[in-house]
Amino acid sequence: MALLKDRQVVTDTWTHVADDAEVPSDAPAIVSIARWRDLRDALGGRNAPIGVRLAAGDGPDAVLDDLDRLDLIAIPFDYFKDGRGYSTVRLLRERYGFTGELRAVGNVLRDQIAFMERCGFDSLEYAGGTEASRALSAFDDVSVVYQTAADRRASAASLRNHPSKAFSNGTSG
Amino acid sequence: MYLYDEIDQALVDERVVQFRDQVSRRMSGELSEDEFKPLRLMNGVYLQLHAYMLRVAIPYGTLSSEQMRKLAWIARKYDRGYGHFTTRQNLQYNWPKLEDLPDILAELASVQMHALQTSGNCIRNVTADQYAGVAADEVADPRVYAEIIRQWSTLHPEFSFLPRKFKIAVTGSQNDRAAVKVHDIGLIVKRNPAGELGFEVIVGGGLGRTPFVGPTIREFLPERHLLSYLEAVLRVYNMLGRRDNMYKARIKIQVHETGAAEFTRLVEAEWDQIRDSAVDLPAGEKERIASYFVPPRYEISADAADVLARHKREDAGFARWVDTNVFAHKAEGYAIANISLKPIGGVPGDATAEQMEAVAALADRFSFSEIRITHEQNLVLPHVRKDNLYALWQTLKSYDLDTPNLGRVSDMIACPGMDYCSLANARSIPVAQAISKRFADLDRQHDIGELKLKISGCINACGHHHAGHIGILGVDRKGEEYYQITLGGSGAEDASIGEIVGPALAYDAVVDAVETLVDKYLAIRTEGERFLDTYRRVGKDPFKEALYGAA
Amino acid sequence: MTQQVISANRLSDGLVVYLASDDSWSEWIARSEIATDEAAADALLARAKWGEENRIVVDPYLVHVAEYDGEVRPTKYREFIRATGPSVRPDLSKQNYVRAAKG
Repeated sequence: MALLKDRQVVTDTWTHVADDAEVPSDAPAIVSIARWRDLRDALGGRNAPIGVRLAAGDGPDAVLDDLDRLDLIAIPFDYFKDGRGYSTVRLLRERYGFTGELRAVGNVLRDQIAFMERCGFDSLEYAGGTEASRALSAFDDVSVVYQTAADRRASAASLRNHPSKAFSNGTSG
Repeated sequence: MYLYDEIDQALVDERVVQFRDQVSRRMSGELSEDEFKPLRLMNGVYLQLHAYMLRVAIPYGTLSSEQMRKLAWIARKYDRGYGHFTTRQNLQYNWPKLEDLPDILAELASVQMHALQTSGNCIRNVTADQYAGVAADEVADPRVYAEIIRQWSTLHPEFSFLPRKFKIAVTGSQNDRAAVKVHDIGLIVKRNPAGELGFEVIVGGGLGRTPFVGPTIREFLPERHLLSYLEAVLRVYNMLGRRDNMYKARIKIQVHETGAAEFTRLVEAEWDQIRDSAVDLPAGEKERIASYFVPPRYEISADAADVLARHKREDAGFARWVDTNVFAHKAEGYAIANISLKPIGGVPGDATAEQMEAVAALADRFSFSEIRITHEQNLVLPHVRKDNLYALWQTLKSYDLDTPNLGRVSDMIACPGMDYCSLANARSIPVAQAISKRFADLDRQHDIGELKLKISGCINACGHHHAGHIGILGVDRKGEEYYQITLGGSGAEDASIGEIVGPALAYDAVVDAVETLVDKYLAIRTEGERFLDTYRRVGKDPFKEALYGAA
Repeated sequence: MTQQVISANRLSDGLVVYLASDDSWSEWIARSEIATDEAAADALLARAKWGEENRIVVDPYLVHVAEYDGEVRPTKYREFIRATGPSVRPDLSKQNYVRAAKG
């Protein structure tokens, strides 16, 4: 696994803690949502950053009450066909304004990472076969976007209709 | 028609580069087949019974003559000299090589075409009324909205891994030629009492294993909120649609199981949150796109109609073709010409490279270089001046494109079936060919009148058999090809799902069965009744008895 | 007696091929190696997997065949269509195309 953040390979300061392992009190730790529910009062008061890993298909309601207590929310993509996480992360970032780190975890592959960035993920636990630094090129595969999304990239419509734009109606490029 | 600007062109060019790299990583082993498969599906590349199959997108069925010539050229250079037009207004090539596909996609990109999202669990080609922009019964050109939806849905970062495929269709007329009520989302363009443009929104229609006519979830959606509303529907589907069983994963199942009222409530609640956000298109962008769909400079010719009438008097074969295949146009002196790809005994929807080039040349001469594909697998020249119809028809004759059978029993929809498709249980094309030959007599077809016969080789219903006046579904019974007949389906504004009439029949019995059904209709119909009307009046029993004997 | 052969699609061009006794992949079912019992069929499948891992073919699987007039033919009609070409296009039959390609 290589952690990608801001389109670079970075060192991970977080640890995923298994349900039956002790949660370190002085290092950033990610626990499962089930564990968080059991221990939230105990964990919520700690000094070191705490993160929660949602279960597949969890929507934002799983953590809405805890957004100001969490420093990181991890959304799983264990099966590439399961696209629910792309909606969940957008809502957490755009609608509910989560200011902590949003991380994609699980079997994150090269050809998903551009979509994930657009949907609002701050970091990606990359697990694909291509070597991580080479996988970064995926972010640049397509330079234009049609839609607005969480990443605030200028959509095609906004570029075309910007007052200063030279594109005119009715003619091609 | 829409022309790409630098942004549209950049996207398709970059996707070609991306796909070329993906193919190379597959060939080198860096990507396994499991990893490569979803990537190639997003570029419309299937692996089928005999070879790869490439499904080229023809957005809302509109094509320029230059694009048609390129499709012909690709058929010749990279395939086996022909292509197949589909029930979603796309084109399929049946024999491309994987190693050639990046080059094929590059050729397509050079004429503003692509194969993006014609497969996979994403939003597919948006289809529309084939008479868009030229039919007299139209409220507004649906292709403007189809193009808006095409762009919004292309590489949508949130909706590229849906529970299943997603199909959207748009009609601008109350006479629904786009089958919107049997799509995941159907849109009917209309005006409210204040005269403002908007849409009736239908969600959860579909054919296949569990066919449904979709319920209307919103009677009137203001035009400017099109994208935010679609985004709300897709988000509710993406988050809550079933993913446990691929046969229960379409939105129609979600709407049915949730209930239309509750499903609507979920969508409206989501939409409330985003309806005034940046999702919706700025007005300037809608105007920009709409400016590509203005009518061409029609040339008024005072005697065009008279010339046509004279040609019809002088040539009975031409008159017959006009009566079946030519449709009224909104502009004075003009007509809509339907080109049948269902010659008697032919493969429905197939066209050779020569035929494609002939149609392209005819479009240049007679139709402002524009061609349409219909979801019933035929072609249309949408802007033909009436006094040019005769010259058009004469050229069509020399390419076997003049069959005067639009909407007749031989104008069948047939999926590729077991001759080409690895999903099929039985062949569909030879059944279509045999039925066509049995009814070859044009006078007889004319007497029978409108009869929409649709054949699918498996329950996935790509041949739309549920929506056929007569539907035929191929099934596998102990290794033999058997066919189940349904009656009374319709994909038009009076949408209905056909009813099974009795036990499946063996391959050798199907053509006789169809003839028996037609003969029964002829025996009991009243003045002016089509087959579908008679069926709806008398029900299944007289037809069932005719086929299987008294109970 | 169950006779089986291995069929797959060639990765590079997607065409239907059969595993021959020298581990090559042939477009002709006549050249396929026939397994006459389950153990031999398993062995064939294992050799076919090598072809998949080495990016020669995709999705190899076993096909039941029988001999008709000295000719090897699949017992299922779908597999027969796969071996010979679309039934509605005799001009595209495998024989015509493979012979033409070989010049």
